[in-house]
Amino acid sequence: MPTIDKTMDAAAVVSRLRSGMTLGIGGWGPRRKPMALVREILRSDLTDLTLVSYGGPEVGMLCAAGKVRKLVFAFVSLDEIPLEPWFRKSREACAIEVLELDEGMFQWGLKAAAFSVPFLPTRVGLGTDLIELGGLKTVTSPYEDGEVLAAMPALKLDAALVHVHRADRRGNVQALGPDTYYDEWFAKAAAECFVSCEELVDAMEVSYPEDVRANLFERCFVTGVAETPGGAHPTTMPPAYGWDMGWLKKYAAAAKDPGDWSAVAEWTVGASEADYLASVGGHKEVAALPLPVF
Amino acid sequence: MGASLAELCIVACAEAFRTSREIIATGIGPIPRLGAGLAKLTHSPGLMMTDGEAFLVEQPVPLGATGDERPAPAGYLPFSRFFDSAVWTGRRHAMVTPTQIDRFGQTNLSALGGTHAQPKVQMLGARGFPGNGIYHPNSMFIPAHSTRVFVAGEVDRVSSPGYNPARRLPGGNYSGIDLRRIVTDLCVMDFGGPDHAIRVISLHPGATFAQVQDATGFELIDAADGETPLPGEDQLALIARLDPHGIRARVFKDNPPAQRSAS
Repeated sequence: MPTIDKTMDAAAVVSRLRSGMTLGIGGWGPRRKPMALVREILRSDLTDLTLVSYGGPEVGMLCAAGKVRKLVFAFVSLDEIPLEPWFRKSREACAIEVLELDEGMFQWGLKAAAFSVPFLPTRVGLGTDLIELGGLKTVTSPYEDGEVLAAMPALKLDAALVHVHRADRRGNVQALGPDTYYDEWFAKAAAECFVSCEELVDAMEVSYPEDVRANLFERCFVTGVAETPGGAHPTTMPPAYGWDMGWLKKYAAAAKDPGDWSAVAEWTVGASEADYLASVGGHKEVAALPLPVF
Repeated sequence: MGASLAELCIVACAEAFRTSREIIATGIGPIPRLGAGLAKLTHSPGLMMTDGEAFLVEQPVPLGATGDERPAPAGYLPFSRFFDSAVWTGRRHAMVTPTQIDRFGQTNLSALGGTHAQPKVQMLGARGFPGNGIYHPNSMFIPAHSTRVFVAGEVDRVSSPGYNPARRLPGGNYSGIDLRRIVTDLCVMDFGGPDHAIRVISLHPGATFAQVQDATGFELIDAADGETPLPGEDQLALIARLDPHGIRARVFKDNPPAQRSAS
């Protein structure tokens, strides 16, 4: 019987993207970010991107590299390093536009996009600066209560990038960590979703049927899968490996000294993913990074 | 050894969390987190808390606990259902440390100065503050009471809503705004004045109302009813159990005693 095969490499994923696109990036802060795909974007000519992200280091890196026109965010943080210094520099230099949201409004906007409705109502944002600064509108309940609510617009994505532990050729994915964050909604809000994985298998039902509840979203939401072992580095990928806080501290410090992206792009991105992985000790070293303690 | 200022503040934070409800207690930072744990272990057993990641635990996780020191999970509350379960249902009380607070209880975690397009200082972003503020009770812990935090006028960016009538859209539902306590290194305050004006309800031992007022950019109401209570022996023992590595000693410079000496 004919089979579906969505496998491609990271470069092929990035070749499907275009300058000016709106990209959603899964994960949360410095947690389970599709960093191998982000690095591939950083090696590409893509520019003028709108990023939609619960922001971690990928936001700072893409902003610093001049890839970003606009950022849709609720926070950008490296967790133990609360403020992302490269993102701050971009903001303080007026280098990017922003739509600042609340974390809950953000996922509400992804859900609106997933369900193809123009907005979803919420109380969140009322009484704050977000509505006016973001140019958001309000809507009045048509029922007897007449409540006035914020109308959170759909956050439609041209593409979403998500990193998981396992995927198969058809696009069945499994994320094994304790939290799925909002990856499901990034995938469903996007016209196309590309998934990178630590391990690619031929068929999930053969290799890991016992973990099928770790299936984040159905394969109809997956356009392509790329195997990128260590692909979340330097972010945390529980239970496989933890974040590389030493790397993140060095990256954060570099925002002040030398303070110039071109001087750090070589070691933060690498000429190729193989070079990058080698520079951080190889996959073995990445796999040995301890999980963070909260 | 007498109690430290940090321990006094932990007990005051625990008091802020006091409830008969079953709600999530979130204390961000060591003092609020220890306060939430102390509240759960003493007067407020209904409180629920996470292990800092995705699981609910019935014993607070001691600061820095690893491996077997960590309590086994009893429930599941990942980010992926945090808004559905905890925030947007009002079943949570968070204690946070915003960068600015104004007389309306509005807080700022977003940016300082400049314009929205180009802030002078970019901070974290609004995070979940707008939703927290409109839906569930909130308290604050401020380790250095000053006019830089308690600002005159309004905060530079309103990240979480407060009791500012000028910020209320007609027809909006603001009934969920419920600001409880502000614990600082000098005093405990609440929002119990006219139109939710901020009052000092207890002064830490050795602090004066004039000192608190001088360190605040707006007028406070003096409703101090005695000193903030010193921790009892049982409370100190629980705090020590929840913070075996003494991280609380690093919150205030030189870890001062609760009782400010006249030295």
